[in-house]
Order: sequence, then structure tokens, then C-alpha cells
Amino acid sequence: MSAEPGATERHAHPTAGVYLRVAAALVILTVLEVGVFYVPAFRVVLVPVLLVLSAAKFTLVVMFYMHLKDDNKFFTFLFGAPLVIAVGVMVALLFLFLGALTLKGAAGAG
Amino acid sequence: MSAHTSMGLDNRKMAFWAFIGSECLLFGSLISTYLVYKGKSVVGPYPPEILNIPFTSVSTFDLLMSSLMMVLALAAVQRGDLKWGKIWLFSTALLGLVFLGGQVLEFTEFVHKGLTIGTNLFGCTFFVLTGTHGAHVTVGVLWLLTLWVRALQGKLGRANAMTVEITGLYWHFVDVVWIVIFTVVYLIQ
Repeated sequence: MSAEPGATERHAHPTAGVYLRVAAALVILTVLEVGVFYVPAFRVVLVPVLLVLSAAKFTLVVMFYMHLKDDNKFFTFLFGAPLVIAVGVMVALLFLFLGALTLKGAAGAG
Repeated sequence: MSAHTSMGLDNRKMAFWAFIGSECLLFGSLISTYLVYKGKSVVGPYPPEILNIPFTSVSTFDLLMSSLMMVLALAAVQRGDLKWGKIWLFSTALLGLVFLGGQVLEFTEFVHKGLTIGTNLFGCTFFVLTGTHGAHVTVGVLWLLTLWVRALQGKLGRANAMTVEITGLYWHFVDVVWIVIFTVVYLIQ
């Protein structure tokens, strides 16, 4: 079966107004990131807060500027699957190296 | 000219998304390496002594604005407004050049302060990660300038909107990688 060329890829891209609002959100999130970095009160929760803000910026660019929000879901799969693998490798390596050090330290202390 | 897959998708766009997926793995491995060796340098300079957050924040803002210019260029080309398409394409390339200038300044300052790729684990992983990203930005700027020249020659019209969209995908990917690097390398010290 062959589909009509371009049949499933036609999609309405966001308007300039949406692009500007996304840009404003990205600037605000960046200002928040830098602000949180300099406020001593946030020291304890700095890493999770920064990761959430960074993930929000990442998602906004991918969804609206790269058009994955309205585009064919197969593109989401082509991007999302390797992204999940990359994050999985990152987490596994961190557990492997840093977790091993923590266990070694605990064994030494015990 | 564009061909379509049996799914009705533009084959260049599909191939490019697969390429971006492979780039996720490349940058994932480089960021993992940086994180694994984080805090393991036995000699300085160490990240808090050398990283300039205000300067890098401006670079981050610059790259985010270049992404805005890129989508505005695509929107202009899609509606056949080549005058604004040329302006936004050039603006995107210009902001990319500003980002690269900032990176050259940053690297030069680090070398003067004693941090090179061979100084310590931080220097090695930092320069490889941010240098690879900088190389991607350089390719993006050359690509954008090529499109801009083609637009000036009148060879970039509404029919070539997919070419601009694919260029945009590359440019936005470079932007999202920087979003992660800015957080992981600069802000989480």
C-alpha cells in the first residue's frame, strides 16, 4: 500500500505569535535557572530544580521549534528512542562509577 | 525535488530525524563521560574557579534567540516571503557566529588561566564536550550561510521550504544540546 505523497506529513506549524511566546518562556526559564544558581537558599534543591527547568526548556524547543508536537509520531519515535537509550546509558554509567565508589566508601567505613 | 516513503513522509526529513537520534547517542556518551569524571581532577584549575556563569548565560540567551530567528525564517519561507526569509536566515547565522566568538573567547581565557585539554580530567572532558558542540555550531553556521547565499541568488523559494525545515531541525538540536550542557556543566558544579 502506498500513501499519497505527503499525505500524512502535512501539518500546521505554529504561528509567529506562538514562536514568540515560546521564546519568552525560554528566556524566563533561563533567568530562573541562573537566579536559582545564585540564591544560597536553593543550594539543597539546586540539582533537581535545575534539571526540571532544563527539561522544560528542552521540551519546549523540541515540541514547538522542532514541531514534534504536531508532526508525525514516527519522528517522535526516531528522536525519542535514542534519547531514552542515551539517558539510560548516562544513568547506568553514573550508577556503575559513582555507586561503586559509594559502596567502596561504605565498606571501608564499616 | 523530494521523494516520499511508503508512510507518506518526506524521506530527507525522516533520514534527518534518524541522524538526530544518532547525535543524541553521541552527545549522551560525551555528557556521561563528563559526569563520570566530574570532581575527579587531582590538580586545578577546578570548575568553580574558572567557569564564568554571567558570560555563558549571555551565550545561552544568544543561542535561544537564534532558534527563534530560525523558526521565523522557516515561517517566512513557507509563506513565500523571501525578503524576511533572508533576513531571519542571516540573523540566525549571525547569532551563531556570536556564540562561536564567545566560545573562542572562553577557551582562550581558560588556556591563559592554565586549563588546557591535557591539564586535568575536567579540562579534557570539558574541551571535548563543548568543543564537539562548537564544531556542530560551526557546521550549522556554514549551512545557514549557504542557504542565505542561495536565497540571495533567488534559488531558495517556497518549494524549498523542506530544506529550510531540515536546516532548522539541525539548528534546534544544537540548541537543545546546549540547554543540557549549560545546566550539567556550568550550573551544576
